[in-house]
Amino acid sequence: MEHTDINVYEQENIPDREKRRLSGGTVLVLLAVVLLFSVVFSFSLGRYPIGLRELIGIILNRLPFVRIEPFWSGAQEVAVLNIRMPRIFMAVLVGACLSAAGAAYQGVFQNPIAAPDILGASAGAGFGAALAIFLGMSHAGVTLLAFVASLMTVFLVFVIGNKVKGEKTLGLVLAGIMISSLFQSGTSFIKLAADPNNKLPAITYWLMGSLSGADNDELKFIVWPMLLGLLPLWLMRWRLNVITMGDDEACSLGVDAGKVRLAVVFGASLATAASVSVSGMIGWVGLVIPHMTRRLVGSDFRVLMPASILAGGTFMLLVDDISRTLMTTEIPIGILTAAIGAPFFLLLIIRRDAWHA
Amino acid sequence: MLEVKDLSFSYGDRLILSDISLKAEKGDFVSVLGSNGAGKSTLFKCILGILSGYSGTVSVDGQDTRTMSVREIARKIAYIPQMSASAFNYSVQDIVLMGTTVGLRALGSPGREEMARVEEAMERMGISHLRRRCFHHLSGGEKQLTVIARALAQQADILLLDEPCSALDFGNRFRILNVAKSLAVDGYLVIQTTHDPEGAYIFSDRIMALRSGTVFAQGTPEEVLTSENIRELYGVSTKQSSIFDDRVRVFTPDAIL
Repeated sequence: MEHTDINVYEQENIPDREKRRLSGGTVLVLLAVVLLFSVVFSFSLGRYPIGLRELIGIILNRLPFVRIEPFWSGAQEVAVLNIRMPRIFMAVLVGACLSAAGAAYQGVFQNPIAAPDILGASAGAGFGAALAIFLGMSHAGVTLLAFVASLMTVFLVFVIGNKVKGEKTLGLVLAGIMISSLFQSGTSFIKLAADPNNKLPAITYWLMGSLSGADNDELKFIVWPMLLGLLPLWLMRWRLNVITMGDDEACSLGVDAGKVRLAVVFGASLATAASVSVSGMIGWVGLVIPHMTRRLVGSDFRVLMPASILAGGTFMLLVDDISRTLMTTEIPIGILTAAIGAPFFLLLIIRRDAWHA
Repeated sequence: MLEVKDLSFSYGDRLILSDISLKAEKGDFVSVLGSNGAGKSTLFKCILGILSGYSGTVSVDGQDTRTMSVREIARKIAYIPQMSASAFNYSVQDIVLMGTTVGLRALGSPGREEMARVEEAMERMGISHLRRRCFHHLSGGEKQLTVIARALAQQADILLLDEPCSALDFGNRFRILNVAKSLAVDGYLVIQTTHDPEGAYIFSDRIMALRSGTVFAQGTPEEVLTSENIRELYGVSTKQSSIFDDRVRVFTPDAIL
C-alpha cells in the first residue's frame, strides 16, 4: 500500500534507544553469570577465613555420589554449610521474590511505583512478628506468625478492596494503605507494651529488616511458599503485558484481566509474605530493581520477570554481604537497602522518561 | 455475519442505547455516526462483550455472543481503541505481538509462528521499519497503524475502530480511512465510529446515524447524509454541496454563508 509512509519526516527527531539494547536472552545469561559469581564470592566472605579450595571441597562433598576425604576443619564445614549457605540462599530468594513481586504488582496495577507491600504484606508481617516476640516465641515461631499474619492481612485487603464501589484496582490500593496503617498502629501498641529491656529492642531490630537469623530449617520451610508464589508470576509473564493495556483492551484481545490479576496478586502476595516473614521490613528492593531492570531489558515481562528475579537476588545478596561484613556488629539490611535504594531511585526519576523506559 | 438486534443498554436509570439493530457482512465498511455522547463507544463495548448488561442480542456468524467466552469473541472481533496506552513502554513489535495472544495455549507465550504473523501484519501496514521503536514515541498515525496491525495479527474478521481519526491531522486522517477501506475490500467487516460525516460519506458502504442512543437513520451514505439529517444530528443548519459527481459531499454551515 502506497499510503503507509506516515510522517517519515518525524522519525529522525526521536532518539532510538531500542537499537542499542542487548537482546533479552543475552542480558539474562549475563545476569545469571553475575548471580553465580556473587554467590561464590559471598561464600568466601566472613570473619572465619576459608580458602577457595576448602570451600569447593565442602560444597562438592555435599553433592550426591561425591566423596572427598576432608582436608578442612569441622569448624570450617559448619561455617560454610550451617551459617553462610542458608544466609546466602535466603538473601537470593528474598531479593528474587521481592523484585518479582514488585514487577508483578507494577504490571497488574498499571502503576510503575507499586511496591511489593502495596497490599499490606509488610505491615501484617511486622505485626505478626512483634506479637510473637512480645509473647516470647522462638525464632521459628516469629517467622511462622509473621507469615500467617502477612497472608491474613493481604487476604483482608483483598476482601475489603473488592467491596469498594467503583474501580477495583484503586479500591485494592486504598484498602492496602488503610489496613497497613491499622496494623502499623497495632505494632506500635505492642512496642509500647513490650519489655523495654529485651523485647522492645528485638521488635525494633526485626522491623529494621535482617537476614541474620537465617538457618537451614527456616530455609527448608520458607522456600516452598516462595516458589509457589513465583510460579504464577512466571506462568502469567506474557499475559501481564496484555493486561497493562487496560481491562477493556485486554478483554478485546481475549484475555480475562480479572482472572490474570487474581492469579498474579495471589502469587506476588505469597512470595512477599514469605520473604518479609524471614527478612523483616526490607524496603526499596521491590521498587528499584524492577525499574532498573526495565531500563536494561524493556517492559516485556517475558524478559523482565526472569531478569528481575536474577537482578533482585544478586542485589540482595551483595547488600547482605555489606550488612554482615562492613562492621563488627551487623547493620540491619533494611537500613542499607533504603540508604542505597532511595538515592538510586531519585537518580532514576531525575533522568527523563523514568516511568516508561 | 454480525447482527445486532434490538440492543438496549442503560447505566442505572440512564438509557444509553435503545433498540439498536444492525446487520453487516464481510467486506462492508460501516460508519456509526453521531455527536459526542450519542452512545457509539457503548455500542462497541456491548458488541465486544466488555459490557454484558444489555438487552437484545449480538450474534456473530449466527452465534449469540452471550454464549461465547472472552477468547471466543476475540477470535471473531478485534478492537482498535481510540487511545491505546500502556503504563509501560512497549516496542511496536511487542504491541502487535499482543494480538496473537488469543490463539495461544492457556499459559503459553508467543513463539516463532506468532512472530511470523506479526511480521506479516506489520508488513501489510507498512510499519516494519518501526518494529523496535517505542510505541509512546510514535506519531498519532503510526500508533493507529500499529494497533490496526495488532488487530490483523489477531486474525479476526470483524474490525471495530473507535474514532480512528479523531486525534489525527488532515493527511493521516485520510490515510487511516484509506487503510480501513482497503481492509474492507480485502474481505474484513470494518465498522468505525466517527463524528466526521464528510469522511464517512467518502469511504463508507453504509452509515448508521445515532442520536441520543437511538438509530436516527440507517442506509447508504447518499440516503443518510443530507443536510436535513445533519441538522437533526448535530443541531447545525448546513447547505449541502455535492461535488465530483456526488462522490464528495460538503456541508457548509448556513451561519457563515
